[in-house]
Amino acid sequence: MPQVKIITQLFGVEDSHRLPVYERHGGYQAIRKVLSGMSPEAVIEEVKKSRLRGLGGAGFPTGLKWSFVPKDSQRPKYVVVNADEGEPGTFKDRYIMMNVPHNLLEGIMIAAYAIGAHTAYIYLRGEYVHPRRRLEQAIAEAYAKGYLGENIFGLGYKLDVYIHVGAGAYICGEETALLESLEGKKGWPRLKPPFPATVGAFGCPTVVNNVETLSYVPHIIQRGAEWFASLGTERSGGARILSVSGHVRRPGIYEVTMSTTLREVIYEHAGGIREGRALKAVIPGGSSSPVLRAEEVDVACCFDALASIGSMAGSGGVIVMDETTCMFDALHNIVQFYAHESCGQCTPCRVGTGWLKRIMDRIGEGRGVPEDVDNLRAIAADMLGRTICPLGDAAAMPVMSFVDKFREEFEQHVREGRCSLRQTVREAVS
Amino acid sequence: MPTVTIDGRSIEVEKGTTILEAAKQIGIDIPHYCYHPGLRIAGSCRMCLVEIEGVPKLQIACYTPVTDGMVVHTQSEKVKEARRAVLEFLLVDHPLDCPVCDQAGECYLQIYYMQHGLHPSRVREDKLKRAKMKVLSEHIILDQERCILCSRCVRFTEEVTKSYELGIFHRGDRSVVDLYPGIQLHNRYQGNLADICPVGALTDRQFRFRTRVWYLEHAKSVCPGCSRGCNVFVDYNVRRGYKAGGRRIVRLRPRPNPWVNKYWMCDDGRYGFTWIEALDRILAPRRAEGGQLREISWSEAIRHAAQWITEAAREKRLAVLLSPKMTNEELYTADRLFRSLGARMIGYWAEPSSPGYEDEILIRGDKNPNTAGAHWIVGRASGIPQEDHLARLAEAMEAGQVDTAVIFLHDVEGAKAGERVLRALQRVERLIYLGTNWNRTATLSKLVFPATAFVEQDGTFTNFEGRVQRFWRAVEPLGQARPILSILRELAVACSVEPLPEDPEEVFALLALEHPFFSGMDYDRLGERGMRGQLEAPVEVRVK
Repeated sequence: MPQVKIITQLFGVEDSHRLPVYERHGGYQAIRKVLSGMSPEAVIEEVKKSRLRGLGGAGFPTGLKWSFVPKDSQRPKYVVVNADEGEPGTFKDRYIMMNVPHNLLEGIMIAAYAIGAHTAYIYLRGEYVHPRRRLEQAIAEAYAKGYLGENIFGLGYKLDVYIHVGAGAYICGEETALLESLEGKKGWPRLKPPFPATVGAFGCPTVVNNVETLSYVPHIIQRGAEWFASLGTERSGGARILSVSGHVRRPGIYEVTMSTTLREVIYEHAGGIREGRALKAVIPGGSSSPVLRAEEVDVACCFDALASIGSMAGSGGVIVMDETTCMFDALHNIVQFYAHESCGQCTPCRVGTGWLKRIMDRIGEGRGVPEDVDNLRAIAADMLGRTICPLGDAAAMPVMSFVDKFREEFEQHVREGRCSLRQTVREAVS
Repeated sequence: MPTVTIDGRSIEVEKGTTILEAAKQIGIDIPHYCYHPGLRIAGSCRMCLVEIEGVPKLQIACYTPVTDGMVVHTQSEKVKEARRAVLEFLLVDHPLDCPVCDQAGECYLQIYYMQHGLHPSRVREDKLKRAKMKVLSEHIILDQERCILCSRCVRFTEEVTKSYELGIFHRGDRSVVDLYPGIQLHNRYQGNLADICPVGALTDRQFRFRTRVWYLEHAKSVCPGCSRGCNVFVDYNVRRGYKAGGRRIVRLRPRPNPWVNKYWMCDDGRYGFTWIEALDRILAPRRAEGGQLREISWSEAIRHAAQWITEAAREKRLAVLLSPKMTNEELYTADRLFRSLGARMIGYWAEPSSPGYEDEILIRGDKNPNTAGAHWIVGRASGIPQEDHLARLAEAMEAGQVDTAVIFLHDVEGAKAGERVLRALQRVERLIYLGTNWNRTATLSKLVFPATAFVEQDGTFTNFEGRVQRFWRAVEPLGQARPILSILRELAVACSVEPLPEDPEEVFALLALEHPFFSGMDYDRLGERGMRGQLEAPVEVRVK
């Protein structure tokens, strides 16, 4: 399948981040349609039919999530946008907010209307200084035109949007940690249930959606759920934006339909492996997704296809590694990241991430012992499924998959106390 | 009401009961660290993971409510494996300094490792270094290396004392429990932090290194420090007394009672037991001779006292000052004895507390354990408001109507009318004192009897809410001290009056027959958690 241009259709258009440009290209039509004739239930039904799934990583059906918000609650409801984009290898939300912030705002408006929220928060990754300016400008433009505020579009709905800037913790991308942080507390994930749909921000019903997920909503309303669903696979509707990085000729973002295979993404859209080298491994959905070997890339990038081969579509951060990549080094990097970012709340993740890192550090220093390889995998397995939030799994899955699929490289590091691949590469280069 | 099956045993529990609590009800102990019944659920230690049929992942028993028909396994291979893994994680950076750790013996890392771990170590890494011997206050000291970050202490300062001194700082395996910058612990319940810490991270500076806990024996008791009557354990060491400089009582700690003190006790009560083995304990009967109080034998002391009391009572010149620090049984026996002898007046008096001393948690302004008991047994019958008893006594003494006085436990010094009473007491020729420790009132006396402390006898106190609570003897009386009931019985015999029993349980049975407030009670019914009396209104010393 070729690339598609849905969210990305305005990317590259001059001043695509400005309201007039967005509107000239058909923007803010969906929200007008919603406010002037659709019931909230109809909006939720449309999103359900589109088979749109959460594109922040979990893949939860968006319409279903919205339908969990209690209709009869007397408490205020909130839409919270997860713009904390922290998953290593993922950078699509940044491009969306930079290029089409009004697309996101329109998505927020529709979601707010669908669940009956009059306040929305954008929880923005702290490092995203430039996207923040763009969002602030977009919000100001929308208020100035009456597209946000007391009576949006003059159609009788009230909505305020605020930006809340995070302080640089990966864990705050986990939705309940994000809510804690939004409330001004330490970003520690909550025990679930209750889920945010019933007890979310400030104890009120809340929908937390990723930037990209919400950005698809206006297009679904405009062009119909059937159109969106038909682009995708049986259970994953439409398209998504992949962030492709690593050893490809053209790293960047690619908006593709859900049925597009990783091989197409790597070899067609991203131009293949740089310098004509051979593909060695792919991380298909951000650093927490289990790694794939080169021969496993004939798989659609939808949630179900990747899950069926033991990996996950996650946040769509495709990290491509060629034959010169040391898999020990690659995992070491990931393990260091999770040891740094574990929040420390629950035991398996707090201790496990640090322990894994220290073992990897020791192997890297040439002081590995043969049991280390088995221990790495066993420690990761001890963390899996036993933590409060998915960070424990996110840290464990790469370790297990790297060791399972590239065991020989780990054994070589332990055996020889150094990286033979790096040596080979260095000799080849010189 | 849902019915749950845990390890093959079914139980019907109230809706909302968690798996952990339901299991506890049928005697199944699911290991846990962060769970504490008096604190909010944290769910972070992951030690209580259990298997629920039909649920793919293990679930934490402390947080998961039971549903009807739920089938739970706490001993399956999957569960045991998870427990082992969590224990292994907790021990990765633990210093394993049990031989020098004061928690050894009551440390849940040790206990659970022996029950659920026993795995060989896979840890080759250097342990992370953290702060050791960090003084948090005059009572509590922190060892961050031993800490398992269960957050019980943090939640205690947030939820119980609402004093917010502690937090968990940093992230991942760098996380530590610590004080917020620039402060020390300043709540009045700090000792509980050492109690609830399941490991040796927070220890009690007064208790640590005084004895190994496996030498301790425990008696159920009631704190006599104020009118709340917190249920406590008295931990005492009579086997290795030489290890603690001869002191037997090493620690008081709360004994849970949902109606009185929940799981806690205050620091005043916890650390306030040192008088029991202080050097000023009265150890033998003494009589004033030639300006000095000389030691005499018990029989001699009883003989003198009986003679003085009989003579004075005959001429209506006897006054008796009872104390709300006495037990219900002692008050009853003393009241009966001196009334039958014909005392001119029988009063009691309690030191009023300073305003603002009490709090919303446990601490009461009234520092007497049995003001309510004194009211129902002595005060109500006398018809005199309790704050007037002391003044009446002083008046009687000043007027020369009294030449013999028996004072129980009090030191009247410091009372509002104290100086006046002390002056009056100096004029009383025959002043008899029964008490535990020397004080100005005792030294003025002509005859002094050593009484036992609460840990050296059985009895009951009535708290400010009218709850009558038993306490049990822990150790032998110090020196020649005797229980007041025993002294009163001997006095009765020597005065040729029908003596009451010296067994508190028998006395209590008589008391319950006579005083409607206590009707229907006996020692068996009081049990370990006490019973509310037939109460009209709360009774407490008014705050002056």
